[in-house]
Amino acid sequence: MTLSFCDHGAVRTLRENRLAALAALTFALMGAGIALVFFYVPNDADQGFSQRIFYFHVPIAFTAYVCFAWGAWKALVHLWKRPAGADLESYVAIHQGLVFGCLVLLTGSIWARISWGIWWTWSSDQLVLFLILFLFYSAYFMLRYSLPPGPGRANMSAVYALFGVALIPVSFLAIRLAKDFIHPVVFNRDGPQMAGSMFLTFCVCLAAMLSLFATLYHAELAGKRLDARLRELKEALA
Amino acid sequence: MIPLAVTMTEVKYVAAVYLVVFLFVLAYLLIHVTKLQRLEREVAALAELVRGRRAEAEPEPEAVQAPGRVSVG
Repeated sequence: MTLSFCDHGAVRTLRENRLAALAALTFALMGAGIALVFFYVPNDADQGFSQRIFYFHVPIAFTAYVCFAWGAWKALVHLWKRPAGADLESYVAIHQGLVFGCLVLLTGSIWARISWGIWWTWSSDQLVLFLILFLFYSAYFMLRYSLPPGPGRANMSAVYALFGVALIPVSFLAIRLAKDFIHPVVFNRDGPQMAGSMFLTFCVCLAAMLSLFATLYHAELAGKRLDARLRELKEALA
Repeated sequence: MIPLAVTMTEVKYVAAVYLVVFLFVLAYLLIHVTKLQRLEREVAALAELVRGRRAEAEPEPEAVQAPGRVSVG
C-alpha cells in the first residue's frame, strides 16, 4: 500500500500540532538570529557594537506594522463578508501590534540613548508618527471595552481599526519625508545599504519576529476561542 | 579603535535591548499560563457540574451479585 505525501505520519502530526510546530520554528529562528547577531556579523563602521540593536529593533517595528495591517485586513473582512471570528482575529492582531509597538518604543529609546545621547526626540517625524500610531491603536481598546459586546461593538471596532491602517504607510514613509535626518535610513531605492552578512542576519531576525507574531497570535486566538466556548457552555448549563 | 569604556557601555545597552524583548515574551507567556490555569479550573468545575446532574438524573442501579460469588467485607 502506498501512502501519499499528505498522509505521511510526520506531516499529519505537524498539521495536528500546528501551533507547536510554529513555536518550534520560532525558537529555532530566534536562536539562529541571536547567534548570527553576536557571532557572525561584523561591527558596524559607523555605530560600532551598538548597531546590533538594529537586528531586533527594525524587525520588531516591521512586525508591529504587519500586526496592525493584519488587524485592519480582518476588520475589512468582518465588515465585508461577516464571517464568524473575523472580529476576534482583528482584535487579537491589534493586541499583538500593541505588544510589538511597545517593544519598538522601548528598544528604539535604548538605541537613541546610545546613538544620539537622548531617550526621545520630538523633532523626528518617524518617532512621533510611530507614537501616534501606537496611541491610536491603544485607544482601540478604550473604544472596544466602552461598548457592550455584540454586533455593534464588532462593527465600531472594525471601522476604527480600518481608519488606523492609513497611518501605517505614513509612519513607514515618514523617515524618507523627514528633513531632520536623525533617524538612519537603511533601505532606500537602491536596496539595503548594508553588507551581505548584515542583510542575511536581518532577514533571519525578521523571519524570527514574524514567526513569533504568528505563534503568539495563534496561541492567543486559541485561548480566546476556548474562553468563548466555555462561556457558551456555562450559559447552556446554567 | 573603540575605547574599552565605550564598548562596555555599548554592550550594556545592547544587552538591555535583548533583555527587554526576552522579558516581554516571558511576561506574555506568564499571562497566558495564568489564563490557561483559569480555563482548566473552569472546565473542571463544569465537568463536576455535568457529573452531578447526570448522577441526579439517572436512577441508582441496584447492586446485582453474580451467582457463586460472596462479597467480602
